[in-house]
Amino acid sequence: MSKSNLTRRGVLKTGAVAGAGLAVPTYLSAGSHAGFTNAPGDSSVTLGFNVPQTGAYADEGADELRAYELAVEHLNGGGDGGMLSTFSSKALDGTGILGRKVEYVTGDTQTKPDAARASARSMIEKDGAIMITGGSSSGVAVAVQALCQEAGIIFMAGLTHSNDTTGKDKKANGFRHFFNSYMSGAALAPILASNYGKDRKAYHLTADYNWGYTTEEAVRNSTEAMGWETVAAVKTPLAQTDFSSYVAPVLNSGADVLVLNHYGANMVNSLTSAVQFGLRAAEANGKNFEIVVPLYSRLMARGAGKNVAGIFGSTNWHWSLENVAGAKYAGTNAFVQSFGQKYGFPPSQAAHTVYCQTLLYADAVQRAGSFNPCAVAEALEGFEFDGLGNGPTLYRAEDHQCFKDVLVVKGKENPDNDFDLLEIVDVTPVEQVTYDAAIFGGELGSCNPGA
Amino acid sequence: MDQIILQILNGLDKGSAYALIALGLTLIFGTLGVVNFAHGALFMLGAFCTVTLSRILTLSHTVIDESRKDFLGNPLKVDVPYVYDWFGESTGAAIIDWAVPLSIIFAIPVMIAIGVAMERGLVKHFYKRPHADQILVTFGLAIVLQEIIKYYFGANQIPAPAPEAFIGSFDFGALIGFDAGAIIYPYWRIVYFCFAMILIGAVFAFLQFTTFGMVVRAGMADRETVQLLGINIDRRFTLMFGIAAAVAGLAGVMYTPINSPNYHMGMDFLVISFVVVVVGGMGSLPGAVLAGFVLGILESFASMRQVIEFLPGINQVVIYLAAIVILLTRPRGLMGRKGVMED
Repeated sequence: MSKSNLTRRGVLKTGAVAGAGLAVPTYLSAGSHAGFTNAPGDSSVTLGFNVPQTGAYADEGADELRAYELAVEHLNGGGDGGMLSTFSSKALDGTGILGRKVEYVTGDTQTKPDAARASARSMIEKDGAIMITGGSSSGVAVAVQALCQEAGIIFMAGLTHSNDTTGKDKKANGFRHFFNSYMSGAALAPILASNYGKDRKAYHLTADYNWGYTTEEAVRNSTEAMGWETVAAVKTPLAQTDFSSYVAPVLNSGADVLVLNHYGANMVNSLTSAVQFGLRAAEANGKNFEIVVPLYSRLMARGAGKNVAGIFGSTNWHWSLENVAGAKYAGTNAFVQSFGQKYGFPPSQAAHTVYCQTLLYADAVQRAGSFNPCAVAEALEGFEFDGLGNGPTLYRAEDHQCFKDVLVVKGKENPDNDFDLLEIVDVTPVEQVTYDAAIFGGELGSCNPGA
Repeated sequence: MDQIILQILNGLDKGSAYALIALGLTLIFGTLGVVNFAHGALFMLGAFCTVTLSRILTLSHTVIDESRKDFLGNPLKVDVPYVYDWFGESTGAAIIDWAVPLSIIFAIPVMIAIGVAMERGLVKHFYKRPHADQILVTFGLAIVLQEIIKYYFGANQIPAPAPEAFIGSFDFGALIGFDAGAIIYPYWRIVYFCFAMILIGAVFAFLQFTTFGMVVRAGMADRETVQLLGINIDRRFTLMFGIAAAVAGLAGVMYTPINSPNYHMGMDFLVISFVVVVVGGMGSLPGAVLAGFVLGILESFASMRQVIEFLPGINQVVIYLAAIVILLTRPRGLMGRKGVMED
């Protein structure tokens, strides 16, 4: 004779547990149903914008946030549509992403890898972000990219210039629109050779961290291939504020070019010191002494004031590109109009790259017909597009790096205003900055959908 | 030899900033017994006095220039400073050009007021508390001050160039018999060094040769006895806090052409300045000045390429290594006095 264990109390308990299970928040249950992390509901989808809101790069982060807000507005059908009208892919129609309204949450990276990972993790776990994007530093980008790979989330990098992001530290879930150190070196070297000659002796001051090393290496390799000689390369502490001790010996070192592999405050301070020590006006080896800044940022050039005048560097994009170099760079004016009307000043290259990344992600989801990170990655890999302000561009499948023309710029002698600091000297064709994906090592691995 | 002289010059101007900040720190510690971690923020506030005055001097009205276009293709709005209207374009431009030296006049009352307000409003409540409490509250204040500055002025650096007459460099080597071009040094850094010397001299003269200074020195030596004589030493010490704030502020004002100011510049100097104070000897004003210059010169030598190649990383630790050696051999610092910060 069998005895049933069913009791009134037992039924109530089981019912309560089952009810609680059904009421679990969507972000925990939907992912597993759909087979990937943070699968969105039917009405909205959440993107995570992880930018420096405090710390030294907060102004850059603020400009990125403006661009993200603009991108969300355009994706949801608001505003003038910006670059949606010029983008070669017509999958996006202003009704959000796959019919879901785009919402967003923001995090503060503080330009610290640990803080950036913590804010990205919070956006993924608490806010249910389906994609993380942003950052103004390679250290942050590499750290957050690794986290997204583990979590099964797509990472669309913001401003990160180190070769490592899509080189030795590349991940299958990570994608970079911004250019890199190698491309800066390859674009700059011919311009430097034609302006300053092939018989030059260079002295490098290099920020003592990952980005500094890859930039020095890229510029050295490119300029030495042109016939330049490297006299010395000195590492400078990242926290250095007064560079006089490093700059003062340069003039008597036998060098006639100073390359400042510095970014942000380092760049502003070292360039200011170099100009104060008379290097711009000096002569060495019978030639005018020259200074080169491989990576320019308009926001930071502003900090150096008149000191940037006449100094060459490279940049990913500039708001005057379409007017200067023609309709090949369509999308630039549409974005500048849209951004300028809303905020009253032109966008920075950081704003441009994150706006593009947001559109590119949304477009890939739309084309893939799914938010599944592996489907999105597949749609982005090898994707060729145009109309986002940089001319024809390829998202290379092997390393998830965008390949497009690179701008060589020079500090303006007489700028009209705070935004008019750089002039475009040359647009280096993409073929000249393309390299074999294997040279920086690293493995993409396989896509992780999470859940 | 030219490289050695060059690095000594570098060390002197770097040491000038360390010495000025450390001097203010020591003044506050010597008078009020407070370890003021907000002193770097006072240096930063001084620099932002320059930025503020520059902005006041360049307050403008807008004129539409139909012949030029802005980035959106609209007629360009040109800002014309009011000082151009009031004094003519050339005089107005000269006033704006001299914004940094003019900021000295602006910064002195502002910084004294900030110092007095800081002492009366916050620091005085912590006189009888342990040094750890004082450090925590002043460090917190420093963070609050720098966040306020960041909120109003942004996180990026703001250029504040020296007057046109002081931009560029001169051949110092030729003056002392070296080959032309062997020792090139910027004009403004020489100005900064001379300014620091004058300011340090003025502080010492004030303490040494005025009745007010004599009372303050007496109070530093024996506060209770001075109070028993019916002198309100607290009021004088409050003013000394204001003067120390002004010294740090003026160091910041004149530093702006050397490094464009940003909200974080005070923190960059704070730790080193404390090392300078400890190496110089807690409470010793001449010690603070001496240690500032010694450590500034050491740091410059450690940044030479030949030194870094021989001892990689020495440029980042030399100040702390020197501090360890000096404190091991002279536990009270270079010119420290017995009984200060000792149980």
